[in-house]
Amino acid sequence: MSTATAAPGGRRGSDHRVLVVWCPDWPVTAASVEAGVPERAPAAVVHANLVQACNGPARAEGVRRGMRRRDAQARCPDLAVLPASPDRDERAFEDVLGTIEEVGPGVAPLRPGLVALRAPGRYYGGEEQAAAILAERLVGRGVWDNRAGIADELFTAEHAARRSGVQESTVIPRGGSVEFLRALPVEVLDDPDTVGLLKRLGLRSLGDLARLRRHEVRDRFGAHAAWVHQVVGGDGAVHLTARTPPPELARHVDFEPPLESAETIVFSLRRTVEAFVAGVAAHGLVCTELLVEARCEGQHPDDVPASSRAWLHPRFFTAADVVDRVRWQLQGDFRSGEVGAPVDRVRLVPLGVVPDATHADALWGGTDEQVAHGLARVQGMVGHDGVVVPVLQGGRSPADRQAWVPWGERPRDLRPPGLPWPGSLPAPAPTRVLRPPQPAQVLGAGRRTLDVDERGVLSGEPTHVRPGPGEAWQPVAAWAGPWPVEELWWEEAPRRVARFQVVGVDGRAWLLVLDDGTWWTEAAYD
Amino acid sequence: MFDHLGVSTTPGVAAPDLQQLRERMRRLERPTPGVELAQAPSVRALPALRGGTSVEVGDLGLAMALLAGPTAAGEWCAVVGTPDFGAEAAAGLGVDLARVVLVPEPGEHWLEVVAALVDVVPLVLLRPPSAVPDGTAARVAARLRRRDAVLLLHDEPGRWPRCEVRLRATRSSWSGLGPGHGRLRSRDLEVQVREGARPPRTVLLRLAGAAADLGPRVEPTPASPRVDPVWRAG
Repeated sequence: MSTATAAPGGRRGSDHRVLVVWCPDWPVTAASVEAGVPERAPAAVVHANLVQACNGPARAEGVRRGMRRRDAQARCPDLAVLPASPDRDERAFEDVLGTIEEVGPGVAPLRPGLVALRAPGRYYGGEEQAAAILAERLVGRGVWDNRAGIADELFTAEHAARRSGVQESTVIPRGGSVEFLRALPVEVLDDPDTVGLLKRLGLRSLGDLARLRRHEVRDRFGAHAAWVHQVVGGDGAVHLTARTPPPELARHVDFEPPLESAETIVFSLRRTVEAFVAGVAAHGLVCTELLVEARCEGQHPDDVPASSRAWLHPRFFTAADVVDRVRWQLQGDFRSGEVGAPVDRVRLVPLGVVPDATHADALWGGTDEQVAHGLARVQGMVGHDGVVVPVLQGGRSPADRQAWVPWGERPRDLRPPGLPWPGSLPAPAPTRVLRPPQPAQVLGAGRRTLDVDERGVLSGEPTHVRPGPGEAWQPVAAWAGPWPVEELWWEEAPRRVARFQVVGVDGRAWLLVLDDGTWWTEAAYD
Repeated sequence: MFDHLGVSTTPGVAAPDLQQLRERMRRLERPTPGVELAQAPSVRALPALRGGTSVEVGDLGLAMALLAGPTAAGEWCAVVGTPDFGAEAAAGLGVDLARVVLVPEPGEHWLEVVAALVDVVPLVLLRPPSAVPDGTAARVAARLRRRDAVLLLHDEPGRWPRCEVRLRATRSSWSGLGPGHGRLRSRDLEVQVREGARPPRTVLLRLAGAAADLGPRVEPTPASPRVDPVWRAG
């Protein structure tokens, strides 16, 4: 490592200049595009009821990072609240990386929203021109808010980008880093404790920090401040590790003339599918998550495909598996009318790939592998959604507390079971959950149908019960309730129900629910 | 395998080895060997589920308790034809849901579905949508024996023609619930066990909701009616 600390002009920087592109509030941009929120509408990404990121219009209304959701909505009632999803941010940023790679190779993504590359110098007629071309390309991809900074090293370039206007660039001339950095306030350290301490000590800019000695900074303010001190001192070159562009594995096939039956499409697709699987295998990979898209005749290439679905496989997709998935998807979509016109293109995109060694067959063939094969056969008989895995989730009624996930798919959008669900029933849970509930009848003394008044009081003691239309009447041996549950009370038409546990004299038990004067059997305990 | 045979001929063989070999010989002599599946503590009083057999279970809660042992031991099990399967109750009875696959509505091809599942899964719980003729049941039984799998039938008593073991809940009583107060807590179940031609015997079980508070197992007693005034009323 060189010790040419105060050498203004940084000899090292003369080789490679660094260009940093910053897309502010990237999580909000990515989420807005996915949710279809308009460009200039206030939006915020919220996680665990706290604002994680917000965009300019929202900030103008007073929304800030770390604010509670309801406070943010109070300040800005038309705020679009979007869920946080790091996966989505990265996936959306992948597009931006691809665009930047077209301009200059050697792109190093730092995190979603921030990317560095070796500044393309003379090819575009200068650094500013190169940044302008990048900005233009990114705007063409729909990324309006992008800012660039060019400097001798990464830290300076990033902060130069943060000080640029929308679609503009800030170029720090060769050797100008130190001067630029010295003027920056200490807030750029992005560590509230250290910043607070430095300010109390009267150090307001990085220039003030740079006047301290290196070991003093390291001992008192930690490693990060020491590193910044080193950069301000003119020694902050960081080697950029450029990413390798992912290989192009997606395949598509065009049909001329367009086809309108799932069977003929699947038949014409076989060779493409084999080439697709072989193409993935040529990189030593196997595909575990697959996106199948079908475009209808007359659709514009940029339109959302008429049929698009992501499939997961418990192991990995072989050619036969891919063919099955395409058939299931197209048969379903033709039947439901989602694909209303003949199909002229089918595209296969591997969303998830893993090295093939991960899934190499065990010497004797694993048991789970046999199970997966057998269940795939059953799926062939009863349909993809016919074989399911039971999953528990949070909810109030027994039917809400479980979900069935098709075999081979990852559960999505489950309610967390760990949270308290007021109104849910204590264990033991009912063994039979009736979907839909059966109409039931409950009579009190004098053979009167029972009801609950506004104050939640039952009009009499239940004496006889008939849990379903096909069942016999029988006397009630024991019962408890009503347990009122008010569901969706924040909606226009809240549902107010009362639950009862009833045991008949034959020893069977039921969970009955009284909904607006009508009795239903929701679940049974036998 | 050959090593073991070699050991058995050498003098001074350890007693456990001898025991094992005798057990193996006994198994070879028996016509249907059948591997016994693991049993949960709550149903240990019932006969173990032996591979290659069909077992009729009259009660879904009891069937779930029977699934608990094998799934907890890492075996897969499939549940066919029960769209009302209460997953939370199964988890509460000790079933590992990660090892359970459901085919809620197998449709008219339910017998083929069961046959395909028996090929890969050692334990299948089935609620047959209709009665089956004797010949079909015999074919299923042959498949079960070949695959060493167990078929649990949640069905009306006596509807499935060939069952090695029939478990019928003759009486069930809930505790924790009174007239207008309390909540369901645990269930005492009187199960009549018919095993082949042997005289039926009665086993008392307690099934609790959460796996954690499984109550102490009530010791099996001979079939003698227990006097319980509440249940006289019905």
